[in-house]
Amino acid sequence: MVKTAVSLSGIQLENPVIPASGTFGFGYEFAEWYDINCLGAISVKGTTREPRFGNPAPRIAETPGGMLNAVGLQNPGIDKVVAEELPRLRQIYSKPILANISGFSMDEFVECCAKADASPHTNIIEVNVSCPNVHHGGMSFGTDPNMVYNVTKSVKAVCHKPVYVKLSPNVTDIVSIAKACKEGGADGLSLINTLMGMRLDIKKRKPILANLTGGLSGPAVFPVAVRMIWQVYEAVNLPIIGMGGVQSAEDVIEMMLAGATAVQVGAANLANPYACKEIIDNLPIVMERLGIQDIKEIIGGAH
Amino acid sequence: MKRGLFTVEVNEKLAPGTFRMVLAGDTSAITGPGQFVNIALEGKFLRRPISVCDYAEGSLTIVYKVVGKGTEQMSGMTAGTVLDILTGLGNGYDLDKSGQTPLLIGGGAGVPPMYNLARKLVSQGKQPSVILGFNKAEELFLKEEFEALGVAVTVATADGSLGVKGFVTDAMPAEGYTHIYTCGPEPMLKAIYDKSVTSGQFSFEERMGCGFGACMGCTCKTKYGNKRICREGPVLEKEEIIW
Repeated sequence: MVKTAVSLSGIQLENPVIPASGTFGFGYEFAEWYDINCLGAISVKGTTREPRFGNPAPRIAETPGGMLNAVGLQNPGIDKVVAEELPRLRQIYSKPILANISGFSMDEFVECCAKADASPHTNIIEVNVSCPNVHHGGMSFGTDPNMVYNVTKSVKAVCHKPVYVKLSPNVTDIVSIAKACKEGGADGLSLINTLMGMRLDIKKRKPILANLTGGLSGPAVFPVAVRMIWQVYEAVNLPIIGMGGVQSAEDVIEMMLAGATAVQVGAANLANPYACKEIIDNLPIVMERLGIQDIKEIIGGAH
Repeated sequence: MKRGLFTVEVNEKLAPGTFRMVLAGDTSAITGPGQFVNIALEGKFLRRPISVCDYAEGSLTIVYKVVGKGTEQMSGMTAGTVLDILTGLGNGYDLDKSGQTPLLIGGGAGVPPMYNLARKLVSQGKQPSVILGFNKAEELFLKEEFEALGVAVTVATADGSLGVKGFVTDAMPAEGYTHIYTCGPEPMLKAIYDKSVTSGQFSFEERMGCGFGACMGCTCKTKYGNKRICREGPVLEKEEIIW
């Protein structure tokens, strides 16, 4: 029997597979397909201080090997998430929860993270400084090392639970951003968020997305994610939650070999509602095949 | 909602660019007319959401229009092809609101879901009448199938090559119907909304990510709050629609 358990800053996960924020709502929809307690953890929908409708439609465009989304952080707001969504999820789900927090100002990040931290239902605070689909917020915090440092430090000051900063790949040097997180006191890193992209409708001669640009996800971005995880693992001594185009148990192992302690699955959930469950069911089989007895032993194993 | 493997039994051209596909598989998750299925295609990342034209135990019929590479791929499929399909998606039409003489209006690719709806209404002893809208006569499909149900069918074509010349609203009676059920392009839905004098249910289309409510890719605003076209929709009540 192989061992699949991993630990993120002391939070125990039975396996390293976590559905990524924004692809799993607050879990209820997937609970209609399978028992979501098989998951290592859940990263819930990105949350802001105020309720947000998000961007106008169309919000989705397909691409070769993936998709663009420009949902724009549609969410009911932190108060409702803490008072209603998380307790509702807890009625059907007992494993770790990552609250995913975004914001448009330093105050907003701090207030939302403090509220998420105070909820008895959360285990890790994932700070999203990397959403490419909101203007004057999200990614604009995550592309400047000084801003990232400030957000991390301010959030750490109000949180008792582990703080993981979710990084944008839309930067020249992800290592300098990762270092800024470490200096700000981050307990870990999540990478990568989506890559900013665009598609045009050649008949209408206009962008497909109403927001013009969107975030690229899906298997097309997997090699970019592996490369960035590799680089950050080499340079910064923090646990990494890897993500970006993961579709299979083999992808999970590849990302962990690059340096990830756990792995999030995003767009694959949308194409196949059973994606996470199938990866989890397959993981021990692939581990046996590759002669891996304990998955923890392969973290960063390719370096 | 259910995921299942379906086998193509029939895939035939009904009109230029319009095909009927009959598939064998488990349809038990489909709860009523107006729902859709989401079809995985080889080499395409996202599934293709297609409305249900008709279904019975073990049999699913879809009528689809070739609008892109995915549906083009479908049009070339032969009997025996196996497809991974999510069924029972979306909130369909509510039959209880029909009254005795509901009016069903389908435009182009919005015609197919009207078929199962008409069949169900007839089986409940209602007397639906149907208006089908097309651009031109050669695009016509399903008219005989509707007539075989014993419902009155009016055809409207934009170029006047068949039936009433103009849009479906030009073929709409001023009154005499108890409820509106419709599906079609958004400008058509809006025109029907403006002209109709009763309550109604309107089926909308939107680009979707997942098709089952997870990604928030197809959210729209309604008078009763945000709704996901794939989940609380695609059918919305007339009274809640915001244009």
